[in-house]
Amino acid sequence: MNLRLHIWRQSGPQDTGMLKTYDVANVSEHMSFLEMLDVLNEDLIAKGELPVAFDHDCREGICGTCGMVINGRPHGPLARTTACQLHMRTFKDGDEIYIEPWRARAFPVVRDLVVDRGSFDRIIQKGGFVSVNTGNAQDGNTLPIPKLDADRAMDAAACIGCGACVAACPNASAMLFTAAKIGHLGSVPQGQAERSTRAMNMVLQMDAEGFGACTNHYECEAACPKGISADFIAQMNKDFVSSAFGGRD
Amino acid sequence: MDLKNHIPSGPIDQKWDKHRADLKLVNPANKRKFSVIVVGTGLAGSSAAATLAELGYNVQAFTYHDSARRAHSIAAQGGINAAKNYQNDGDSVWRLFYDTVKGGDFRAREANVHRLAEVSVNIIDQCVAQGVPFAREYGGYLSNRSFGGAQVSRTFYARGQTGQQLLLGAYQALMRQVGLGKVKLHNKQEMMDLIVVDGRARGIVTRNMVTGKVESHMADAVILATGGYGNVFYLSTNAMACNVTATYRAHKRGAFFANPCYTQIHPTCIPQSGDYQSKLTLMSESLRNDGRIWVPKNKGDKRAPDQIPESERDYYLERKYPSFGNLSPRDIASRAAKEACDDGRGVGPGGLGVYLDFSDAIKRLGEKVIADRYGNLFEMYERITGENPYHVPMRIYPAVHYTMGGLWVDYNLMSNVPGLFVLGEANFSDHGANRLGASALMQGLADGYFVIPYTIGGYFAQGGFSPVSQDSPVVQATVREAEEKIQKLLSINGKRSPTSFHRELGKIMWDKCGMARNEKGLTEALKRIPELREEFWQDVVIPGSGAELNQSLELGLRVADFLEFAELMCYDALHRNESCGGHFREEYQTEDGEAKRNDEEFAYVGAWEYTGVGSKPTLHKEQLEFENVQLATRSYK
Ligand SMILES: Cc1cc2nc3c(=O)[nH]c(=O)nc-3n(C[C@H](O)[C@H](O)[C@H](O)COP(=O)(O)OP(=O)(O)OC[C@H]3O[C@@H](n4cnc5c(N)ncnc54)[C@H](O)[C@@H]3O)c2cc1C
Ligand code: SF4
Ligand code: FES
Repeated sequence: MNLRLHIWRQSGPQDTGMLKTYDVANVSEHMSFLEMLDVLNEDLIAKGELPVAFDHDCREGICGTCGMVINGRPHGPLARTTACQLHMRTFKDGDEIYIEPWRARAFPVVRDLVVDRGSFDRIIQKGGFVSVNTGNAQDGNTLPIPKLDADRAMDAAACIGCGACVAACPNASAMLFTAAKIGHLGSVPQGQAERSTRAMNMVLQMDAEGFGACTNHYECEAACPKGISADFIAQMNKDFVSSAFGGRD
Repeated sequence: MDLKNHIPSGPIDQKWDKHRADLKLVNPANKRKFSVIVVGTGLAGSSAAATLAELGYNVQAFTYHDSARRAHSIAAQGGINAAKNYQNDGDSVWRLFYDTVKGGDFRAREANVHRLAEVSVNIIDQCVAQGVPFAREYGGYLSNRSFGGAQVSRTFYARGQTGQQLLLGAYQALMRQVGLGKVKLHNKQEMMDLIVVDGRARGIVTRNMVTGKVESHMADAVILATGGYGNVFYLSTNAMACNVTATYRAHKRGAFFANPCYTQIHPTCIPQSGDYQSKLTLMSESLRNDGRIWVPKNKGDKRAPDQIPESERDYYLERKYPSFGNLSPRDIASRAAKEACDDGRGVGPGGLGVYLDFSDAIKRLGEKVIADRYGNLFEMYERITGENPYHVPMRIYPAVHYTMGGLWVDYNLMSNVPGLFVLGEANFSDHGANRLGASALMQGLADGYFVIPYTIGGYFAQGGFSPVSQDSPVVQATVREAEEKIQKLLSINGKRSPTSFHRELGKIMWDKCGMARNEKGLTEALKRIPELREEFWQDVVIPGSGAELNQSLELGLRVADFLEFAELMCYDALHRNESCGGHFREEYQTEDGEAKRNDEEFAYVGAWEYTGVGSKPTLHKEQLEFENVQLATRSYK
């Protein structure tokens, strides 16, 4: 198939950036979306032009490195699918595709489609862990955890830190990402000791990074490639409120 | 040079305890005076950096990723082994040790493997304490599954995302130390070279991938935890950015590279669908429990699979290995698929694929049972190929998956360059010629959480670390070399992209140094690789400048190293006149095609010393002593 791409080009954080149009021919339906961009880039390099910068690594939907807004939707049109797992059979000959970076104050553009998501790491640094030094641990089976709790923890822990939730949110809020970590650790006994300080510190950092507030649009949940449930946001709010009042419920 | 492995004396199950007792300690107040650079934040690097910081060392960590959470370790699916014996099925440290030595086709060091098996149990405890959501039974206790090469259930897992959850555990431990100011983390910084001062590793040169700045970082010791080199084949199941640069540059600065020819090929991956293919995706080996593997009996049979009658199908694994059948070990299954395709009987685009057919299993068990067992895998397959495996047989083909070779290290995980330690997939130490499933995650975390924190103290306690200034001539010269290399690459302005060279190199390696190797092919590769390298330095084109985010430049630098490293692999494969584990030399097989090991002549680690670009490296041998396990032939029939 032949496609017309409109891709955001921006040489650096200071540049204002703009959409540029490229035609790509003979795209196979078996290509992944990123492989289609590879083909475009090889073409550009052959012509001595700068290839489009985009982030990616595993190309299996697990590392969370890739991320771009495709036709207005983070990671593109398929539900629960990262950009690297999107295949060209989702598109048809003659389609025009708009490709843009995540847009959020807390994710400044580095170049073209590459953004800086360091703010996510800084949120985790404020409490997204259990404070246990290596060597402290007792035998793993001395702490039975009901299967349903373990499953719920895993549902939340599946977050890949891609940032699609932020890109999808009209307020560029990082609630779903932050709630996923709080939800993971809050669902298991190991996470209880630090439960209220964790929520407090992570939420404050989220605000300090310039992420917006949550006004219950749930666009995040719809865009999340790992299907993280917005229910975790409710749990986070509860933890946050109870810590603000000085203790756990 | 005499390679001293520093294996402690005494009975195998007491070596590690004895060694820990003998190691000198650094007193707590002095720890912060010692600085450590950790390159890599995968399982091995993150666990090491976090633990060393907890102990009080002054740690700097580096990764080329935009976050420490994205390392290739994240992609591991299946699980992690540990000799917990929670299932009461006869597992023990000894059995895990034995299985690993045997699985490695008797080319691993006994003492290291035993230590790995010992600390495996602590890893699970540590990860549980961190909140890693391992799978649980209804009673709340940890669940296990079985994996290839073992007769017990000792694999712990977190759905199909074990690597992700273990890495996040280590990443969170690391983030905690970063938040406490105990680790300085440098994201998006690629190590370009190792700085050796007075014979000791004292720092690294990095390129800031956002600003392009090349700079030096100094420390009292350097740890490389930079992963494997599978991407020398271009197509592999590794993440796109995995590369050999860090270990290869250290090799060029004097570190020996051990057993580079040992590479693991996984039999069940989704085949290549076209020239544009950028990587290969693994499908869990468990599929072979219910799928039947076949190709058409006749060459070039282009009919759809359901049009080919039973009598014209060749279920070649069932035919050749009647007792193991479709569950033959990884290396056997991989080679048999290649043979069928080389014979012109492969299926799918380019004839590089074989069928993995579930129709019998669906008839026998019903679609629902199959969906329960493999639903998520079938979905993933369909997403990638657009074909529904409930109705059409899957197509699979072997792919490069893991590299057992790596920098040579002694029992302390220190290379022959004092002060340079190597952890995880980047070292060679524990898997011999073949790694068992679920053992790489175990090794990475063993090295990082439980080995290096002890052994590095022993090194520091020796003392003698005078400060090295960034202005000293050695440091400046190393930085300048890196800058000049970048400038040279940018100035060639030829016609071919780095990817086109990488792809061509990958094809040479796959054809000549892949699943099966022979003297003729390896000799050809050794002729062709230097030519390709020459072409690269004449004709590569890298648009843009060095002073900005430039992904073509990053790739160009990595491919330049692969183009040198590939030769080293071929030299190793050519010299090893035997077949063992992941190294199959066609000349050395039994009449029925089994690998023929030669313990008389080759029961050693081949550690290569760099002698210059394009010049044959020098081989050093570390003899392997088997005092606890009897050398035996692996049999699959
Ligand atoms: C698809 C797949 C599935 C797997 N499944 C399993 C499994 O189920 N069980 C199992 O035990 N094993 C499995 N493995 C193997 C296992 O995942 C790896 O061997 C292991 O995770 C490697 O960990 P590591 O810490 O050594 O390196 P990596 O995780 O590869 O980390 C390397 C780190 O080094 C950094 N780095 C590298 N070079 C540089 C440089 N020059 N400068 C700066 N930073 C650098 C990277 O940024 C990264 O942080 C699987 C592998 C694959 C490909
Ligand atoms: S919550 Fe979902 S969308 Fe947000 S970072 Fe995690 S995986 Fe990505
Ligand atoms: S590249 Fe890893 S999730 Fe897309």
